[in-house]
Amino acid sequence: MRQRDSTGVSPASNDGFLLKLELHSDPQLLTVVRGALERLTEVFGFSPPDRRSVTRAVDEALTNIMRHCYNGRTDQPIELYCSRVPPRPSQVADGLEILLCDQGPAVDPAKFRGRRLDEIKPGGLGLHFIRQSMDTVEYQRSGNTNQFRLVKYLQPMTQSRTP
Amino acid sequence: MQISARHSDSTTIFDVTGDIDLANSPEVRKALMREVREKRTPRVVMNLSKVRYIDSSGVASLVEGLKASRDLNLRFILFGLSPSAREVLQLSRLLKIFEVYDNEDQALSS
Repeated sequence: MRQRDSTGVSPASNDGFLLKLELHSDPQLLTVVRGALERLTEVFGFSPPDRRSVTRAVDEALTNIMRHCYNGRTDQPIELYCSRVPPRPSQVADGLEILLCDQGPAVDPAKFRGRRLDEIKPGGLGLHFIRQSMDTVEYQRSGNTNQFRLVKYLQPMTQSRTP
Repeated sequence: MQISARHSDSTTIFDVTGDIDLANSPEVRKALMREVREKRTPRVVMNLSKVRYIDSSGVASLVEGLKASRDLNLRFILFGLSPSAREVLQLSRLLKIFEVYDNEDQALSS
């Protein structure tokens, strides 16, 4: 995961802003967020496999926040912003940016390495799923906030003009 | 998520309905560990045909079931994987590690 070195972002002021969710760090709410992401990615124009990829990545990122940033406390705040972003130089289609914000302690970027997959053992797969699912995965600390930024770009054949 | 068990001879089939995620994967793990480590059931079968989504904590629970089964020389079988469940096992390079079948008949006749 790349660590961002820019100043904090203001996703709500972004012209491409689509959706904001505020939730507590309660695992029971993960299914609610997955439902919202499944619909949003469908409307955005992603293919079914890419819809599952984005939903999986967001779900795993939220799981990491709940487990590691908030140590299982279920009453802590999490914000999720979704925005349309323009293509980057290597892309021809727009992307969906998801920004996840929490108020937990700063995250050690060294812990973002994940584990090797050549061992059969439980645990340590979430970050691997996120990396495999998204085109961009970034982390930055802004004030007292952890910001995880995930971006998935549309494939040219499936780009939608809505919303 | 709901999990129930059917027992016959040397086999236990767990029927799981709903998503397996951080909210309920400990329940899946607990059921599996009891069946494998305590009861030492020779063949434990997971019916995942009504499971639409499995996250990394759910995969971890299945891996624990597999490892415990192997340690005791028992069988641990999955069937009815959804596209999403199949994808996470592929992403984690576990699809070929598990014994996976399309349906219950194939799983029980294996």
